[in-house]
Amino acid sequence: MASVALSEAEKVYIVHGVQEDLRVDGRGCEDYRYVEVETDVVSNTSGSARVKLGHTDILVGVKAEMGTPKLEKPNEGYLEFFVDCSANATPEFEGRGGDDLGTEIANTLYRIFNKSSVDLKSLCISPREHCWILYVDVLLLECGGNLFDTICIAVKAALFNTRIPRVRVLEDEEGSKDIELSDDPYDCIRLSVENVPCIVTLCKIGYRHVVDATLQEEACSLASLLVSVTSTGVVTCMRKVGKGSLDPESVFEMMETGKRVGKVLHASLQSVLHKEESLGPKRPKVGFLG
Amino acid sequence: MAGLELLSDQGYRVDGRRAGELRKIQARMGVFAQADGSAYIEQGNTKALAVVYGPHEIRGSRARALPDRALVNCQYSSATFSTGERKRRPHGDRKSCEMGLQLRQTFEAAILTQLHPRSQIDIYVQVLQADGGTYAACVNAATLAVLDAGIPMRDFVCACSAGFVDSTALADLSHVEEAAGGPQLALALLPASGQIALLEMDARLHEDHLEQVLEAAAQAARDVHTLLDHVVRQHVCEASVLLGD
Repeated sequence: MASVALSEAEKVYIVHGVQEDLRVDGRGCEDYRYVEVETDVVSNTSGSARVKLGHTDILVGVKAEMGTPKLEKPNEGYLEFFVDCSANATPEFEGRGGDDLGTEIANTLYRIFNKSSVDLKSLCISPREHCWILYVDVLLLECGGNLFDTICIAVKAALFNTRIPRVRVLEDEEGSKDIELSDDPYDCIRLSVENVPCIVTLCKIGYRHVVDATLQEEACSLASLLVSVTSTGVVTCMRKVGKGSLDPESVFEMMETGKRVGKVLHASLQSVLHKEESLGPKRPKVGFLG
Repeated sequence: MAGLELLSDQGYRVDGRRAGELRKIQARMGVFAQADGSAYIEQGNTKALAVVYGPHEIRGSRARALPDRALVNCQYSSATFSTGERKRRPHGDRKSCEMGLQLRQTFEAAILTQLHPRSQIDIYVQVLQADGGTYAACVNAATLAVLDAGIPMRDFVCACSAGFVDSTALADLSHVEEAAGGPQLALALLPASGQIALLEMDARLHEDHLEQVLEAAAQAARDVHTLLDHVVRQHVCEASVLLGD
């Protein structure tokens, strides 16, 4: 993963600051950086979003393609995740260098989106034969710490923005089926993202933990806990990452913080997404030009 | 070309442009803070990002270092959602490798590599949305990124594609025009000297028409230069205001 080299003195400065609830950029331990969210940035996708959190920059594109449902779930569609750590973020990712990190993030996303987060039944067109497959492609453009949280926000925003064309299955007398696409381009299915969780990564620095760590803070942290929280504050998934170890007490503390911070994060993300939606399709697009 | 009329009798193309007209170009330099240089360009619906790292020490095997000039390393990748049909891999396929090689040739001709012996310059280009003319968009974005990184170049490199339909040369082909399968020419030009950094043509074209198509592409590349020059000047103005000069 992209990282920075810090001297011993710099580390001590950061660790002591965190103990006083004062971080290098002036935030408290439970504050996020300023988040920029824009949806519908790539016009040839079903849904897309770009999220910038400090120096971390993520672009997510969702493409809906028709396919056959999985054998064990004949009346559901499914989601496929792919994370591309492009060389844009850091030269280390050139060639196959980013594949490991990409697979790790994609696997985490699979685990979070396992059940009840998205209504997969609405993606079914005809049981056992046709369903929508949503390809969620994450593109990492710049890496400035706290990748997991940013990616999760971006995926949620992109799924919120996703519009899948409505299709109907027509059956004639001989029993052969025909798929008909709706004539109205605005007649589409929207996914409910209410139950989509957000990841909150809590970095253990010294005796305390912080949310939304920068690259410098990640370099000081021994281990972090990744908690996925729904908008009601329910923890759906948890994972310890990093090379160090955590004691059980701090795990519970971190979970409580994760729930609290996660609920606030959900509420503000929802309000931003609805506000952007209310501007209508004629809203001026900023994209990378702003 | 059955079905689709690429050039109407009145001389308009499918998207309403004239034969020599470019699509709308919008660009920005300095998109990312961590890279040494970066730029973003939109040419119609084709969108590309370019990032430059370097000149820095050779990464990996020292044997690759060149004693008399810098090594230019290019990687082209195109986002899996950039094309109409989803791509399975962003880079590493044959087309991406070829594109990377072409970019490398283009920029070896433009960058003053002899100023940085035994070092390496990385140029990474990422296509976010592909709607024809990806090579041109990549070169134009990379030029801005190299300028943003402050790496000395002989001149801007400006690229544009051109095609040939109904004995008229069309500049800056869109995806629809490319997919129609006519002759296609990609040109990278050093506008001040009029030197050609890269020239490539596929499909057959009568020799007599080549000059016309080449001139259309060169004219379009010069137009691109005017636009890019404006972007660079504006960026420098903004940067100097921020610095308080």
